[in-house]
This record gives sequence, C-alpha cells and structure tokens, in this order.
Amino acid sequence: MTLVTFTLANLVPADPAQAALGERAASDPAIVAAFREAQGLDKPVVTQYLVYIGHLFQGNLGTSTQSHNPVSQDLSVAFPATAELALFVIVFSIIIGVGLGTWAALRQNRFSDQLFRVLSLVGISIPTFWLALAAFYVFFYQLRLAPGTGRLSASLQAPPRVTGLYTVDALVAGQYTTFFNALSHLILPGLVLILYTVGLLVRFSRSAVLDVLNQEYVLAARAKGLSPSRVVFRYVLRGASLPILTIVGLAFGSLLSGTVLTEQVFGWGGIGQYAYKSATTLDLPAVMGVGLVVGVVYILTNFIIDVVYGVIDPRVRVQ
Amino acid sequence: MAKPPGGASDSRLELEADAAATAVYDEVQDDRAGGSGGSAGPGGSGASGVSFSALRNRLRLPPTFRRPMAIIGMSIIVLWFLVAIFVPWIAPYDPLAQQFDRLQAPNAVNWFGTDSLGRDVLSRTLYGARISLPLALILVVASAIIGSVLGAVAGYFGRAVDEIIMRFSDLVFAFPTIILAMIVTAALGPSLTNAVIALLLVSWPSYARVMRSMVLGARSREYVVAGRLLGFSPFTSLRRDILPNVAAPVLVLATLDFGNAILLLSGLSFLGLGATPPTPEWGAMVADGVQQFSDWWLAAFPGLAIFTVVVAFNLVGDALRDSLDPRTAGAVQGVKI
Repeated sequence: MTLVTFTLANLVPADPAQAALGERAASDPAIVAAFREAQGLDKPVVTQYLVYIGHLFQGNLGTSTQSHNPVSQDLSVAFPATAELALFVIVFSIIIGVGLGTWAALRQNRFSDQLFRVLSLVGISIPTFWLALAAFYVFFYQLRLAPGTGRLSASLQAPPRVTGLYTVDALVAGQYTTFFNALSHLILPGLVLILYTVGLLVRFSRSAVLDVLNQEYVLAARAKGLSPSRVVFRYVLRGASLPILTIVGLAFGSLLSGTVLTEQVFGWGGIGQYAYKSATTLDLPAVMGVGLVVGVVYILTNFIIDVVYGVIDPRVRVQ
Repeated sequence: MAKPPGGASDSRLELEADAAATAVYDEVQDDRAGGSGGSAGPGGSGASGVSFSALRNRLRLPPTFRRPMAIIGMSIIVLWFLVAIFVPWIAPYDPLAQQFDRLQAPNAVNWFGTDSLGRDVLSRTLYGARISLPLALILVVASAIIGSVLGAVAGYFGRAVDEIIMRFSDLVFAFPTIILAMIVTAALGPSLTNAVIALLLVSWPSYARVMRSMVLGARSREYVVAGRLLGFSPFTSLRRDILPNVAAPVLVLATLDFGNAILLLSGLSFLGLGATPPTPEWGAMVADGVQQFSDWWLAAFPGLAIFTVVVAFNLVGDALRDSLDPRTAGAVQGVKI
C-alpha cells in the first residue's frame, strides 16, 4: 500500500518543487536546491522511500508543502469531518435503502416496485456535484432553510475535541447550540449523499432479497404458516444480509475515503477536499498521506465486514 | 412489468409471452420480464411460418427493448447522439461567440439564458454532447477492451500472470475512483485527454474481474478442451472458443459503465481537472454556475444534460442486464461517489 502511494506520487512527471515554490522562486536554482534538500528530493528514490517508511513508523507522515503543517495533523482534522458525514449518511441510507429495496422485492413488478426502481436509478444517475449545488441553491439561497458551507457557523467555536465529530463532541461538552448547529450543517450534504447511497442500496438489496425469496427454505417457512412479517425478518432478510452487507461495506468505505465532489461544494474540509487540494497543488506528502488513510480505511472496512460475515453466517466461521 | 407493452395487438407471439409471464407470475417465481419474453421468441417465429405477422415480429425490437423504461432510455440516447452529430445545424448560435448581454435569464432569444461572457447556454449545452459522448464512448470501449483482454489472459493462464494482473486491479480498487483519477490528472496536467487517460487507468479493473471469472468458468468446458486437443494455440482458443461465449456480460457492464464514465468525466471537469475554459463541457459549465451562484440557469441545464444521458444509459443497461441476468456484472460494479 505504502509502496503504491509512494510510487504513484513519484511517478508524476511534474516537478513538485516548481509547484510548491511558484514560478518566481522556482526560477532561482539555489532556492530549488534548498527546497529539494529540505524535502529529501535530492536523494535516490529508494532512499526516499526507506526514509518515508522509517518516518511512517514513528507516526510522521511528512510536512505538507502547502499548509506547512505535519500531514498527520491535517489528516487528524480532515478525517473526523469525513467520518461524521459518512456515519450520518450510512445510517440513514441503510434504514431507507434496505427497507425500500426489500419492499420493492416483496412487491415485485407491482407499482411500488417500479416506482422505487426508477427512483433508485435517478438517485445513482444524478451528478452529485450538480445535486449538491441545486440543494444549496434551493435550501440555502432561496428558502434560507439550511445554513451555509462548512461544518459550523462562523460565529461558533469548535467543541472541545474528544472524537473529532462535532456533533458528538458538542453533546459530550453539553453545548447544545453547537450540537444543533453542527447537525443542521450535516443535513444538506448528508441528504445529497443519502440519495445516491439509497439508490445504490435499493438496487442491490432488491436483487439480494429476490434471490432469497426463491429459496426453498422460504417456501417451507411460508408453508409452515408463519406470519409474513416473521418470514421476511427471520428468514428472508437474514439470508439476504450477506450480499447487502457487502455493498454497504463498499459504500461506507467509499464515503469514508472522502466524497470529493460533495465536500468541495459544501466546503466540508474532509478527506475528499484535502485530497483535491493536495492533488491539484502536487503536495506530495499530503497526497501520500491521503493514499495511506484511504488504504487503511479500505482494509479496515473489508476486515470488519469479514468479521460481521462470521457473526451473521455460522458457515463462514467454520471455514 | 410482466405484460409486454402494446397489448392491443393480438399476434400469437405476444399471447404466448403474456401467458408465460402470467404463469410465472402466479408461481411467484423470480423471473424477470425479459427472460419470459426471450423464451417465447424462437418458438413464435418457428410456429407461424412466413405470415405477415411473423415478418412483422421479426422486424420488431428484441424483447429486452420492448419495455417502456428501456424504450425511453433508448430514445434519449438516440436523441443525444443525433444532437452530437447534427449540432451545427441544430444549435441556434455559436457556442463560443460572446455576442449577447451577460447573464441574461432564460428568455425568447436565449432559451437557456446566457453565461458570464455573454454566450448562449442552450448552444453550449447542445455542443457539450459533442465532447462528453465521444469521450465517454472512447473511454468505455478502451477500458472494456483493455480490461477484458487482461482479465481473459489472467483467467486463462492463471498462476503468476493471474496473480500480477489481479493484484494490480485490487490496488486500483482500493482507491476511490475519483481520488485516484484526480491525482493522476493533476499530475499529468489538467486537460480532457489526461482526464480520459486517468479514468482509463482506474476503470479497466471491473472489466478484468468480470472477464476473469467468466473465463475461469468457461476454461474447463469440453468444447474448449476439445479445441486445445485439436491443436489450437492458447490465444486461438481464447479468441475462438472462449471470448464469444463470455462477451455478453462485458457488454452489459460497458452499457452500465457509460453513465459512470459521463459522471466521472464531468466530475473531473467540474473540479477544473478536465476541460479547459472555452470548451463547452457540461461539468465545466456547472462549475461556471458555482461562480455565478444566483444565476441558476448556468448550472441547471448542463446538469440536466448530464443527468438525462446517464439515466438513459442506466435504463438501457438495466434492461440488458435483466434479460441476461449475470450476477457477475452487478457484483463488482464499483461504488462511485
């Protein structure tokens, strides 16, 4: 993982010194040489990599050439922002998406099935950046219902840090104004992402539930005379939970690794926006930091899903 | 969608399809409408000989496309491609000419209003089809070819080749598409060509995965083994015996991927990493709308254009998938936010 992000960042043909220093400074060879030395860019690539790995084990991700902060510090601010949004979105998306998907499957080919399928298709087809913009225009600019960009209104201080999630921290500190303010900032970007994620989950949970509905054990459960709700919750949903879990994990992973477009429109300051900022300014330490976070998130979500598989399905545990 | 549309016609084929569909429906079987129509197809043409209705049936759309949603999707796609081809004759004005008052709301002269440089938004939106559609087509075709070839090779030869190719695709999968594409585009320098290259780099693995699993399944079939025993080289065997039999799911995936390609391309342009200023690209036009926030028409219409194209391709892709129903195509379709 580290090797990939490092290689990727170093394969780029553009010169980071040029990008970091700006044109005037970059035309002076002495300044460029000094910058290269400070960043270790004058050493062979393999040495650079080993130095990077060495620092990594000490929790040192290097210093951002743009913000001049340690990358780890930037990331520790950006990641909770993304995590807060991702948690908010995934919780509601699971409830709505799996619910509607199951409902659609149970009423296959009826009106509500058609309706939900079309709606979910719309959800995954709308360009998120455009939807974000439209939502912002309608609810903030026209109706004045939603607050502006960012995670908190400018008049408020961030709550004392416990988890980095503003809503949770505000509750812990008992600052209810801050809590409601942070929550109101969450709603609009949250809704935009929920629409997409719900669209995704409806499609997948519908087909997963349809698969299970054809199984003989469901027929047997029905034949035994169990109530429909019992059949759905105890038999069908349990059987369909593995594929649904897979897609939930994928969706959560990609939400956690930053939703660049939505974060950009709402000025959210999460991983996605940080990735955008550092990629466009060729801030290599920051890019590698983002790559690392994204990689860890990917591995962790996969791991957690594997563990949950085992909890749900005893057959997985045996193997 | 159990009943095929256009029930007024009393051709035998349609009755058959209808009956089949109803029977399936009664048994509460999971049989998509496309499947029942498909089974009725060959039977109908054999039964009625060279009658007029049989001829008419042969000229009709395949059952997959006879569902209303697929028809809507297909029409939108055809419409947009017509626009892309004939836009110089359709568009009312030059998309680049700065010939009107700035930032006019939609009116009788400029139906979609004008932008901050006095250009006609309608003309720009229509010309946008000439940029997004061909690029998305190139992107999808190229990544389908590259991904399929790599996946087929990985699946057919196995061992080290398989390991190397699939580990690469795992690595690409570990990154969110847009972030990886963003880093690559930023490194290569912002331009539409580089955006396409970056997206190509991140979009081939889903084809490779589907292709690999299909080839793995087909490799040990008897007709393939027979071909090898006849002395076919591995590549001939791949080309003649395996690829034609596993191409369909890749086609479905490509159709569904087309919408994604449009979304990602316009997303990169929206971030300023794709189309450069005068180009009337949809994502870049939406980004213009961010600058002039109160003038809703700048972003609204190009956004609608993106949306309609993507929805259309997803509708058709869905219909294709339902008729084919390969679980493999749906399973690894990436999550792109």
